[in-house]
Amino acid sequence: MTKKSLLRRAGVVAASLTASVLMSAQAAEPIKIGSFLSVTGPASFLGDPELKTLEMYVEKINEEGGVLGRQLELIHYDDVGNASNARNFAGRLIRSDQVDIIVGGSTTGATMAAAPLVQQAGMPFISLAGAVTIVSPVQEWVFKTPQSDRMAAERILWDMERRGFDKIGLISGTGGFGASGRKQTLEVAGEYGIEVVADETYGPSDSDMTAQLTNISNADGVDAVLNFGFGQGPAIVTKNYAALDIDLPFYQSHGVASDAFLDLAGDAAEGLRLPASPLLVPAALPDDDPQKAVVQGYKEAYEERWDSRVSTFGGYAYDGLMLAVQAIEAAGSTDKAAVRDELEDISGYVGVTGIYNMAPDDHNGLAPESFRILEVKDGDWMLVD
Amino acid sequence: MFSEFLQFLFTGITIGATYALVALGFTIIYNASHVINFAQGEFLMIGGMATVSFMGMGIPMFFAIILAVLLACLVGVALQRLAIAPAKNADVVTLIIITIGASIFIRGIAQVVWGKDYHVVPPFTGNEPIRLGGAVLNSQSLWVIGIGAVLVVALIVFFTRTLIGRAILGTSMNKLAAQLVGIKTQMVLMLAFGLSALLGSVAGVTVAPITFTSYDIGILLALKGFVAAAMGGLGSGLGAVVGGLLLGIVESMTAGYISSEYKDAVAFSMILLVLFFMPRGLFGGRTVERV
Amino acid sequence: MLQRFIDWRMNYVLVLAIIVFVVPLLMDNPFYFDLATQILIIAATVVGLNLLVGYAGQISLGHAGFYGMGAYFSAIATTTYNWPPLLAIVVAAAVVGLIAYVVGRPILRLKGHYLSMATLAVGFIIAIILNNESELTGGPDGMSVVPLSLFGWELSTFGLYSMFGFEIPGHIAWYLVAGVLLLVAVVVAQNIIDSPIGRALRSIHGSEIAARTVGVDTTHYKSLVFVVSAIYASVMGSVFAHFTGFITPAIAGFDYSIVLITMVVLGGMASPMGVILGAVVLKLMPQFLAGFQEYETAIFGFILMATMIFMPKGFYPTAMNALRRKLGRYSGGEA
Repeated sequence: MTKKSLLRRAGVVAASLTASVLMSAQAAEPIKIGSFLSVTGPASFLGDPELKTLEMYVEKINEEGGVLGRQLELIHYDDVGNASNARNFAGRLIRSDQVDIIVGGSTTGATMAAAPLVQQAGMPFISLAGAVTIVSPVQEWVFKTPQSDRMAAERILWDMERRGFDKIGLISGTGGFGASGRKQTLEVAGEYGIEVVADETYGPSDSDMTAQLTNISNADGVDAVLNFGFGQGPAIVTKNYAALDIDLPFYQSHGVASDAFLDLAGDAAEGLRLPASPLLVPAALPDDDPQKAVVQGYKEAYEERWDSRVSTFGGYAYDGLMLAVQAIEAAGSTDKAAVRDELEDISGYVGVTGIYNMAPDDHNGLAPESFRILEVKDGDWMLVD
Repeated sequence: MFSEFLQFLFTGITIGATYALVALGFTIIYNASHVINFAQGEFLMIGGMATVSFMGMGIPMFFAIILAVLLACLVGVALQRLAIAPAKNADVVTLIIITIGASIFIRGIAQVVWGKDYHVVPPFTGNEPIRLGGAVLNSQSLWVIGIGAVLVVALIVFFTRTLIGRAILGTSMNKLAAQLVGIKTQMVLMLAFGLSALLGSVAGVTVAPITFTSYDIGILLALKGFVAAAMGGLGSGLGAVVGGLLLGIVESMTAGYISSEYKDAVAFSMILLVLFFMPRGLFGGRTVERV
Repeated sequence: MLQRFIDWRMNYVLVLAIIVFVVPLLMDNPFYFDLATQILIIAATVVGLNLLVGYAGQISLGHAGFYGMGAYFSAIATTTYNWPPLLAIVVAAAVVGLIAYVVGRPILRLKGHYLSMATLAVGFIIAIILNNESELTGGPDGMSVVPLSLFGWELSTFGLYSMFGFEIPGHIAWYLVAGVLLLVAVVVAQNIIDSPIGRALRSIHGSEIAARTVGVDTTHYKSLVFVVSAIYASVMGSVFAHFTGFITPAIAGFDYSIVLITMVVLGGMASPMGVILGAVVLKLMPQFLAGFQEYETAIFGFILMATMIFMPKGFYPTAMNALRRKLGRYSGGEA
């Protein structure tokens, strides 16, 4: 068998599996939504809810008649959290599957590895990853739905300043999310009159961070501690923090904004604060909050369909897909340049993560206020403001 | 000042005891067959994940643990029967790839059966940490250290006092001679894998309350266990324990006093240094290489 | 004539060249070229690693470290400091070779699993440095790399080039460059194997003590081949960095080292065609398994395990032996 036909076969297997998601085949060509996500591997807690969200809403949109009278077809690959895989699958989506738009990229590494390809090919691309480098400097074809880590750092520091803290200890994971968050925190801390007096890190699979926390709590004049990281690491940090009986206000990043974190950290999480999308506290939102209905709708639909609790990360995929659909509808076709222009033009779109106002110099489109400060109280999230 | 040192030491011992338990699992299989079993970490994973899963079915923790350990032993025996035994004359590096393939396979199955989430295993006895000289020790750490100590003693007794244990050692030293004196070497190898799985899964359940557990927790634990075993000297039970503790303490001291970013790099440099001066690890045997 | 071709030690290079240059005629999609180019690059890397593992019998579980070092040296030198890529590739190879020599001398005295352990540690240390020194390397999120440029003209997968009156798109041009590199890599490796060095290496693989008794300076030859295989990895790492335009520290990591050595063992140790086949299979597997969704990991592990159990010598030698037996029976029947 030639290499070509082998590859074709692989393509056919993948395509037929994804095609089975479709309820009915229509005469019109389907609109192809491409996606590469970290469904397994160390970042699976991002990719897993993201894929579930995409599958579920593509199905739902198709039941309701599709977009522009055409069905949506989701073609997705699992990059296992590996950037070179992500790049390869992005290439496959662009050149082999010839999708109309890409919504994907769970991690910053995966997104950045795919970015040169989408830029060269002129493919609209909505990333679901966090770091500010994705949209700053702005790349013509690259958009993203989550707030950037820089914004998260700003929001946390803003809350710390408000509470009168001026010296903090920082502990971060050495993975992409933690390392980038650490860099942003160190860069913007000065603007809030806050000094980082202790700066520690931990590896992605470390099982005990007591040594680092001991150093932080012994640093001179620390008022509060911030942990930037995701995965199980921050839960271990939280448990160690409680075990050491450190009597300082504790902050986490939006990287742990899921109920799974509360399950892992248990009582130890009591009293910690973090910036998060309102998805975790839909009931607490005032009735006049424009996001309330969207957030509640997504949460209910997701939890009913998948029988597992909703996480912030799935919300990124929801917004990514909806932005894509909106741009395609506005463009009236799947012409890539037109869709891109419409994406850049989106304003006032109310999503799960926040309200998006894109602009040529802002391919994220979210304001810092889209982050709400939450506090853990009695084992649940509570809206501080 | 001293309390800080004590804290780093406690942390190091806790981490190190975990590594030591994994390293002991490597040692048993290595002793019986000279295979480095890169799937060792998956026994830990099965121990932790199966306990969570059985507890989820409403089985009390104690019995859930026993069932999980039995499951791991079964997997260990199957691994030997189905993967290692058929490839008996393969190169060292081929055997390494087989065990790596097995570990990927087991992990893949676990991911399908148990999902990808992290899970909590409740601590054996309460959540309350123990305070000592200004430092804090997790009560579960005592369990890790205690169970580790019991297992080491049990292994020493098993290998020196029991017939089966001696048979395993005999097989490791000279397979042909062992066969000649009537030892069923295949049986012995199966036993060694089962025993190693038992050790690994017990370790997995014991450390799970500290580290949490998920389908992919085995990869790095196995790697650290291999480092500990090699540093101590492959095949030496004492070496595995000392290697594990040393590795843990070096990691936590480095994180505490030098740089948390480079603690793993320092640990790996240390193993290089040990091997430069003691090419068979700290307690490795000086066996003569056959021509 | 045919007999002479069969006896010629380099005959497979010709076969390989034909395969490399015929395959593009069967491919019509840029994505296939993209994948094929990566296969060629990684195949050239494992041809180098095979010298160490297959011929000298020394296991390295940290080889991706050298690959990553070459990639990052080139990336930083060309992208941050505007070096010409060719110069960066050469200097990177020299630096990596030197580092391999310095660490190789002490660790190659180790045997078996201790050597695996030491190479694993070296690989890990390199990956940790690349991950932590984010000022230089961009940290875990990676860094972008400028395209390869040779004597003024830039080679980008998206460009269009005219050569000998033909219009050649960038992805095909890249494929051809990588194909030539693989052939060069194979010819160089075969020359090493056929030289006295190669004989010394094989004697080490057979029995190191026996080799030493008859006067082979085993440490010297082992560190020589270690350096050579590290240089292979470094050069191909550099090329890969320019090809993909974006690299992350994962390419220097333990997982990737395992992938490299698996390619060698899966395809067939001490057989250049075998290890190339190993690279092809292992690189294509994720593309095939992409359709199996959540079962992908389990299936991959199973295939790996089953192949090594039933073909411990690897695909290629097993297939060749079967073929030879068949042919032998056939010609035997005639005689």
